Amino acid sequence: MKSWFRVLYVLLIALGAAVAAIGMGAIVLAILGKDPLAVYTVILTEPLRDMFGLTEIAVRMTPLILVALGIAISFRSGILNIGAEGQIQMGVIAAAATAIFLPGLPKGLAMPLSLLAGTVAGALWAGIAGWLRARLKVSELLSTVMLNYIAAQLYGFLLRGPMIDPAELQVGSGTPQSVRLPRGAWIDRIIPGTRLHYGLVIALVAAVLVYILLWRTRWGYEMRAAGAEPKAARYGGIAVESCLIGAMVLAGAFAGLAGAVEVTGVHRRAIEGISSGYGFSGIVVALFGGLHPAGIVPSAFFFGLLLIGADMTQRIMTVPANMVLVLQGAVILSIISAKVLIADKYLFERFARSLSRRVAKRETGEHAT
Amino acid sequence: MNIFAFITNVLSIGIPFSVSLLLASTGEMFNQRAGIFNLGCEGIMSMGAFLAFMAPHTLQGTALEPWANMLGILAAMLMGGLMGMLFALATVTFRAPQGIAGIGLHMLGWGVAGTLFRFFVGGVTGIPGLKPVFLGMNALAYLAFLLVPASWYILFKTPWGLKVRAVGTYPRAADTMGVNVARTRYQALIAGGVLAGLAGAYLSLGQAKMFADDIVAGRGFIAVALVYFGRWNPFLILGGSLLFSIAQSLQLAIQVQGIAFPYEFAVMLPYVLVILVLAFAGGSTVRGPAELGKPYNREKRV
Repeated sequence: MKSWFRVLYVLLIALGAAVAAIGMGAIVLAILGKDPLAVYTVILTEPLRDMFGLTEIAVRMTPLILVALGIAISFRSGILNIGAEGQIQMGVIAAAATAIFLPGLPKGLAMPLSLLAGTVAGALWAGIAGWLRARLKVSELLSTVMLNYIAAQLYGFLLRGPMIDPAELQVGSGTPQSVRLPRGAWIDRIIPGTRLHYGLVIALVAAVLVYILLWRTRWGYEMRAAGAEPKAARYGGIAVESCLIGAMVLAGAFAGLAGAVEVTGVHRRAIEGISSGYGFSGIVVALFGGLHPAGIVPSAFFFGLLLIGADMTQRIMTVPANMVLVLQGAVILSIISAKVLIADKYLFERFARSLSRRVAKRETGEHAT
Repeated sequence: MNIFAFITNVLSIGIPFSVSLLLASTGEMFNQRAGIFNLGCEGIMSMGAFLAFMAPHTLQGTALEPWANMLGILAAMLMGGLMGMLFALATVTFRAPQGIAGIGLHMLGWGVAGTLFRFFVGGVTGIPGLKPVFLGMNALAYLAFLLVPASWYILFKTPWGLKVRAVGTYPRAADTMGVNVARTRYQALIAGGVLAGLAGAYLSLGQAKMFADDIVAGRGFIAVALVYFGRWNPFLILGGSLLFSIAQSLQLAIQVQGIAFPYEFAVMLPYVLVILVLAFAGGSTVRGPAELGKPYNREKRV
């Protein structure tokens, strides 16, 4: 009986959370004078109609999975990385610079080297926040946000200055973007004619590796312990500070890799706005996926769908694509609230008691008639 | 250029800059004194800036035009209060982790403001013929500075202020003494939201005289950092806001003087300053609310 109550309880809360998130989006759509149902239908079905939509979802999934994996590691270790946006940009810059300034390397060397450079750059950028938190107790929430703004400016400066495509200066258009990366650094396309590239495979392999790291190694255990109960972990001999820095560095490494994969696989040059909100979307993907690689992959598919769907809605129904931010914000608020309620033993007890009383009453009532 | 004129120049630009920071961080101080860390301040400011911009934008040429600024400010404050309440629902009633909830609220506010703006207005637009009609923006600035002693008085000399500090320091004791912890935290979050909305309104109506998606540009997050820097004390927060805005106007003035360095680095400066300030002042929570960031559950055994 009790396990049935439990299932019902979880379902009810999940349903409530879903209604809350969908409802918040619906209110905004209603203000725009749009039929929420019609807009949601377009968002959720339009991208699935053809090959273009499907491959584009997979293209978005790649950075989402990578960023979300890093965020899952950091959240589980008790340090909240919301600086993925900046870490992605650092990854893009480092990967692009490596590819551009080392031309003529063979393919087997140039591409991995670029990805490595992006990963290291992201890791170092995040490491600043990890170090500040572990050594100086600076809230990582604030420092990573600030590092986002700093990275955005640094990125803009490099693209407008030292790394700008000389052709842009000659023509005089001055679009802030780098030259095209040498072919050796490109990640190949899986299906020619689409933008789907082998970065997706990298992301899926990374998901397996993160699972192994977190649940099958000592370091993963220590990081999760440090996140779950830092005092107990410290008493148990775990170096909590090192775990914090390590988790942050790993989170940054994944975000940097996402940036590197994005620049070598999709755009093949560093352009403005390349991170396009993946840093924030990654947080939602990670939370929606239960901070577990097995959940993150489907969750990345869902939010990839949402991102493409919102782009399409903008064209078809003139609903601005910013709508995706609204939905993501609403999803975050709903999920984290629901999570606490689901874990609340007292609330569940109360629910189960009142339910069993009601069931009992109905049964006795039935006997009477 | 003589040095006196230079200083006057820096101050006359810098002091108005501080108003939105001051309003937002004073609001955030009430949140944090009550034990709730509201990172969604940035999102509330986005919505406030948007609504305050929308009122004169849509009411232009109507009978309500003379009241447009005032209505915009009121709408911003109302929305700020509502968003504070939404945040309270998530973090106080549902006891959701506050850091992530704040990011959620930020994305929600930022997204809604951006969506509505792009749909109803379009690209970047100034407010046509904006004039300080009923309530001049200077009045808002004076109000912000008057708020400093006022909030000190409220926080340290009134029963409500005592309740706020109590639920942020030792909610169980406050609960035992008959203080309704949830209600006090709701009140503090609504008050903080109203002030953040007002800060956003000042940003679009008074400072930029326009609206863009990213008009807040991290000021909400800086305001949160200023609360740490200001040790949860209104006067120190005032000092922090002034320090920040004057540093920013100094940087502008130096750029005007023709000392060439990439402007991206100039824009970066306040964010770097926040990290440095937090590195020196961020760790210590002495004189801060002891239960900051921890949800209160009266049913939980201790």
